[in-house]
Amino acid sequence: MTHITLPRPLLIGIALLLALFPLFGATYYVQLGAKILIMAIFALSLDLLVGHTGLVSLGHAAYFGIAAYALALISPKYEAANLWLTLPFALAAAATAAFVVGFLVVRTAGVYFIMVTLAFAQMIYSIFHDTKLGGGSDGIYIYVRPELSVAGFKPLDLESPAQFYYLALILLVVVYAILDRLLHAPFGRALAGIRVNEQRMRSIGYPVFIYKLAAFVLAGILAGLAGYLAACQFGFVNPDILAWHQSGIVLMMVILGGMGRLHGAVLGALSYVLIQEVVSAPALLGAYSKHWQLAMGSLIVVIVLVLPHGIGGFIDVALRRFSYTHRNGDRDDAI
Amino acid sequence: MFYLIQLLNAVQYGLLLFLLSSGLTLIFGIMGVINLAHGSFYMIGAYLAYWLAKLTGSLWLAIPIGIAIAFGIGLLLETTIISRLYRRDHLYQVLLTFGLILVFEELRSILFGDEVHGVAVPALLDFSIPLTETLSYPVYRLFVTAVCLGIAGLLYLVIHRTRVGMMIRAGNSNREMAASLGVNIPMLFALVFAFGMALAAFTGTIAAPISSVFPGMGNQILIICFVVVVIGGIGSINGAMIASLAIGLADTLGKVVAAEYSGVAVYLVMAVILLWRPQGIANKA
Repeated sequence: MTHITLPRPLLIGIALLLALFPLFGATYYVQLGAKILIMAIFALSLDLLVGHTGLVSLGHAAYFGIAAYALALISPKYEAANLWLTLPFALAAAATAAFVVGFLVVRTAGVYFIMVTLAFAQMIYSIFHDTKLGGGSDGIYIYVRPELSVAGFKPLDLESPAQFYYLALILLVVVYAILDRLLHAPFGRALAGIRVNEQRMRSIGYPVFIYKLAAFVLAGILAGLAGYLAACQFGFVNPDILAWHQSGIVLMMVILGGMGRLHGAVLGALSYVLIQEVVSAPALLGAYSKHWQLAMGSLIVVIVLVLPHGIGGFIDVALRRFSYTHRNGDRDDAI
Repeated sequence: MFYLIQLLNAVQYGLLLFLLSSGLTLIFGIMGVINLAHGSFYMIGAYLAYWLAKLTGSLWLAIPIGIAIAFGIGLLLETTIISRLYRRDHLYQVLLTFGLILVFEELRSILFGDEVHGVAVPALLDFSIPLTETLSYPVYRLFVTAVCLGIAGLLYLVIHRTRVGMMIRAGNSNREMAASLGVNIPMLFALVFAFGMALAAFTGTIAAPISSVFPGMGNQILIICFVVVVIGGIGSINGAMIASLAIGLADTLGKVVAAEYSGVAVYLVMAVILLWRPQGIANKA
């Protein structure tokens, strides 16, 4: 397996096409598009851990949810919160949680890591579910979306679906670019080294613990960014957004798109949300649409059995055929 | 007296956790598979108890039938799906069994609905032992404690004193070596998996009259079982026993001291263990 990145002109073209979408799409589809962009950021953040560092976290929804709750808790009830204040606060909350949990979980590996990340996420879930801190199981409503203003001038009105879509798109592009840059920088190469052979990285002298913790916190912050946007979009938060179902779903997106590829995470989010739209549409499946998780669960089983490299695997094959392949270091286990 | 009752509850809850997590840890130790659907079988057991007890009119009949059904489903699941996961990365095992949870959870919703159901305690055991003038202890809980202890003892004997147990221990410590010495590994795996599922379902069956039967009950307890396995050390039955009792105590104590935050107590125990012995209390570093 080689680390595959899409050619830059293609990426820029896709981003431009995505920017044109609100000009044609109906409001419902623009909102759906924004949801996909938000989930893509979430999936990208998890792929940093799963696909690039080799840490399979089953509790990633916790940081998504904490940032969402952070926005809900500090938003004034009937007026718009300031994005410049609430966003850093939400990201700091997610970062703090990821640091504390990461400090404990990063010392475990393999299947322990999976179980321990799940368990700590469940602890955070139970705090929000059982106590009055975040409105218990009912959650909190956010009646007004935060306001984005630069010196009195408002470049984007987040109450408008199309302009909210643009905010999500801009942030996705920024996150994608940062991660792409980071993964090609020495930091990213060190993470790849840890994924392939942690023992060897340690013996070369890399502080593996610090690198893993840094990746865990960064992934938590980016998940928090997605959570913040999701809370803006849906207008409420409840414990379900940090439940372990959510963690399983985002892991599913990463695999569906093909892990270890940034475009894979985006594709995975896109396909997952679209599949969910189809299998939960009453127009297609009638009364059974409310049992859409049955179809989704079966699909997950089938994909794991027959399509382990996800949709990204197909694209790799196509790219190789047109010799666009960029070899960025060896992903083979032979190292 | 109040503390005696809490202690009894803690031991009883801890032993139920042990029955579940011993299956989880055995399956992981022997086959290297992390099975998230373990909790689903606990739920299946509880719903079978509810359904069969209504159908046959007796929990005593529901228990063996429920075990047989769960064993059958477990065997089918192992041969069709789980056996394809043995050489795959944990990531795929997690994802596939997560898919299975969604399937089981929705099938449960289609077959039984989303209401909370109660299961009656069998008439034979439906009385309490008075402790003081106001406090008493239900006999059914004592019965559950005794049954769990009995099964734990039986499990110990089977694993340490029988030929099958020897094969299981051999498979646990070195799969290839056991296979080359003539142990039929595919069959052993299928049987251990199905047995683990039957044990999980049995736990759900006898717990049903105490905990009632509700959607999502399997996931809730699964995560606690993970905590038990992490604390006890993967693959270790003895570790699972100590950890189960510790978690039972921590949970009950948490409920007595600070009910709102009781959910956190269990995880704090895990955090301390992670700092002290990341490989679990029973495993050597």
